[in-house]
Amino acid sequence: MKLKVIGFISAIVILFIVSCESEQTIEFKRYYSAGVEVYQSHCQNCHGANGEGLSSLIPPLTDSVYLKNNKAALPCFIKSGLKGAITIKGKTFDDTMPANELTSMEVAQVLTYISNSFGNKLNTIDIQQVEHDLGSCK
Amino acid sequence: MRKLALGLLVVTLWTACKLNSNDKKVLPIYGNRKPITKTVDGKSVTDTLYQTISKFKTINQYGDSISNKSLDGNIYVADFFFTTCPSICPIMHRNMLSVYNAFKSTGDFKIISYTIDPKHDSVPVLKKYADKLGVTGKTWWFLQGKKDSIYKLSESYLVRKPEEDAKQQFIHDGSFLLVDKQKRVRGAYDGTDPKQVEQLIADIKELQNEPDQVIAQ
Repeated sequence: MKLKVIGFISAIVILFIVSCESEQTIEFKRYYSAGVEVYQSHCQNCHGANGEGLSSLIPPLTDSVYLKNNKAALPCFIKSGLKGAITIKGKTFDDTMPANELTSMEVAQVLTYISNSFGNKLNTIDIQQVEHDLGSCK
Repeated sequence: MRKLALGLLVVTLWTACKLNSNDKKVLPIYGNRKPITKTVDGKSVTDTLYQTISKFKTINQYGDSISNKSLDGNIYVADFFFTTCPSICPIMHRNMLSVYNAFKSTGDFKIISYTIDPKHDSVPVLKKYADKLGVTGKTWWFLQGKKDSIYKLSESYLVRKPEEDAKQQFIHDGSFLLVDKQKRVRGAYDGTDPKQVEQLIADIKELQNEPDQVIAQ
């Protein structure tokens, strides 16, 4: 009987902890899980299931430092594609990345996914951020 | 009753093992075939004529002329691609790299990738692509030929003929075709599916052990 009570109480406590996830965490999860699908249908063919890229043809998405330093430009890269040489993990890539017809929301979702997968750990990139960054694309 | 069940189990297991060991897989031969009658030692013999890969003339990434003859005595895998393909080609060639790495030191094995955009994919473009992919040596050739003849050639590989849509985008088939030393198609695999490519690697090993493939030069 005592055991049952203790069990019941701990179940309630656990439930509280789980449901007390912060608003931020929930938002992150929402962006992240939607980003998985965007990634699979728009990015994975070239960049690979683990963001590994392809030899010297297609850059990997595992360079956290590059992602961090170019955070504001990432939405532009995805929307309008990328031309010219870039250096990722000490290797130069100079092929063209095609433009993608994605909504700002999808860009935010996929960026949240990429920058928190493959060994990267950045914050949620939300739609407000993406729309702001897209406004200042070169 | 229990003994009977046990006996049944043993028999079932034994049969299962036996079936497995007898299950020597022979790769199918694809394409049309017709009987031909020829005279051997004064006797008329009926044989089967299998569909084979048509003749072709191309140039590889090193600028060397490559024809169907250059593949004599080789088992090979073929595909159709173009270097600026944004959709399925990167994943195809990521998978083809596993085939390349598995057999690059095998003498009588080749991979050939025909470009379906020869206007853009010149010899230097193909060379650069191969370099960037990390392909060296003579195992994997990237071939440029006349567009019409390459498109026509795709028919003998039994794949969907490439075409261009209204936006001048190339539409093509992502298949990897396994061809034996008699130039017959022995397997077709979805080059975008890593599981099917694993099967291809297993089938190449299987094919290498066929008596006909060991003898043929």
